[in-house]
Amino acid sequence: MNDLKKDITILAIESSCDETAASVVVNGRQVLSNVISSQIDIHTLYGGVVPEIASRKHTERVTQVIRESLEEAGRKLEEMDAIAVTYGPGLVGPLLIGVSAAKGLSFATGIPLIGVHHIEGHISANYIAEPTLEPPFACLVVSGGHTHLVLVRDYGEYEILGRTQDDAAGEAFDKVAREIGLGYPGGPKIDKASREGDPHAIVFPRGKVAGSRYDFSFSGMKSAVLNYLNTSRMKGISVNVPDVAASFQQAVVDVLVSHAGDAIEQYGLKKFALAGGVAANTALRTGMKEMCAEKGAEFFCPPPVLCTDNAAMIGSAAYFEYVKGNFSGLDLNAVPGLRLGQR
Amino acid sequence: MKILAIEASGPVAGCALLEDGLLTADYNVQYKRKHSQSLVPMMDEMKRMLELDLQTVDAIAIAKGPGSFTGLRIGVATAKGAALAMDRPIIPVPTVDSIAYNLYGTDALICPLMDARRQQVYTGIYEWKRGDTDTAAGDLRFTVVRPQCVIPVSEIAEDLNARGRSVIFLGDGVPVSKDALAKLMKVPYSFAPAHLDRQRAAAVASLAWSYYQEEGNACMVSADDFRPEYLRLAQAEQEHSERRSFSLLLEK
Repeated sequence: MNDLKKDITILAIESSCDETAASVVVNGRQVLSNVISSQIDIHTLYGGVVPEIASRKHTERVTQVIRESLEEAGRKLEEMDAIAVTYGPGLVGPLLIGVSAAKGLSFATGIPLIGVHHIEGHISANYIAEPTLEPPFACLVVSGGHTHLVLVRDYGEYEILGRTQDDAAGEAFDKVAREIGLGYPGGPKIDKASREGDPHAIVFPRGKVAGSRYDFSFSGMKSAVLNYLNTSRMKGISVNVPDVAASFQQAVVDVLVSHAGDAIEQYGLKKFALAGGVAANTALRTGMKEMCAEKGAEFFCPPPVLCTDNAAMIGSAAYFEYVKGNFSGLDLNAVPGLRLGQR
Repeated sequence: MKILAIEASGPVAGCALLEDGLLTADYNVQYKRKHSQSLVPMMDEMKRMLELDLQTVDAIAIAKGPGSFTGLRIGVATAKGAALAMDRPIIPVPTVDSIAYNLYGTDALICPLMDARRQQVYTGIYEWKRGDTDTAAGDLRFTVVRPQCVIPVSEIAEDLNARGRSVIFLGDGVPVSKDALAKLMKVPYSFAPAHLDRQRAAAVASLAWSYYQEEGNACMVSADDFRPEYLRLAQAEQEHSERRSFSLLLEK
């Protein structure tokens, strides 16, 4: 690592899905600004994120969001040590807006560019929320697009223990929410409805992946809910929506918690962190917290604003690339299927 | 007045620099669709070759669309980022106009064709209009006869036939439209040669310069306010509005 005598200030940009975000972060931990322009209202009209519309909105908003983040931080662009941007994984159209704008900034200023992995960003949100957190720890990243159980060996060193074989957890929430008439976005709607329901009212299967201890499968659980709804409909039984929501949520949470618990045990870890949009889910937080207490592991979870997509987490992840001297060229491209640990 | 121009709306990635009407660089590459990887390195190379201090650039001109949605946005987002960093405005140039501007001084109508898929082309009709004193140098005006639009080839052919003048076609829509044109066209027509028939950063720069000469700062917008022109809704928006008008119809 470089001998860093001065503070490192990074401007970070995130546009991998439906939030246009920019942030100024010092030394990977101190957030000076965290501007997020959400498009959720538009995509709610269509029941999910429409990539072409998201790309258009990012294009409209990107410079304003960057400008606001600098103003809020009270810093000038010239004062930045690096410009960081999410280059994958995510939706290619939206990713390209952040990447292109970041390259335009880097070209015009000569400030070095750092391409950041979106999931590494989510994991790094924990470094912001808990300034004393250091690797190694296990991290479960759960969002609308991702479900990854990751062993964080060191800063920027990751081993994927498990990932979803089909739907991401958040995606399953969206689909079930649509079926039971709760609408989009599914995660928060199911979380809310569940508070009125009985999580043990209906027993949905806990999805397992044969031959893989840590992988996830949520499509079977989602189908079980659909079957339950169809059967009830055919029998003329009215469906208790809060019960279905709570029971489905419980099934998902059980699987996530048990996989995380197994990893803590197998690797003898003392720390466990949650990350990603679904980490804002109340039942998941509670379940993980209880499990960690049982296993004697310290539990970390960023506040909701750092769980959903934001650029501060990208600025944090970029800092650890900066100290290693990992910079990107002006030919940086969006890589929608970028894998963790890939450069 | 120094104008840095960017073109990425179609098959060509390009950048150019025009200094008070003098073209100092024009760098265009038509190779696959790799604008995301090629455009900014090309701009950087041009900057190095010209020993260009970006603080001396007054505005960034850009082909504002229509075009391939993704390519268009790569150019636009790059231009916006650079304009923000340089604290300079953007001069938006309609893509089809800039393609037509490759040709000069002809008496024929100029009709660019860009392949817009779905049996349509992005097109428009342009001419060089002579003033009263047609021998005087510079008394030729680039004129938009039909503003850029997205329509089937048959529709633009019909429009051109009705005007009864010869036509020069150009653009990446030519190869896919040639057979149709052979059947549809009733007026004399021809195709521009290779060095004139594609999007070109120098044409964007040069047309932006002509706007500036005519309108001054009125041709400029801030990076924040600038939006590309797609000429088409996103497919989901299209379907959504069709469903809405259908249900409104049912309500009636």
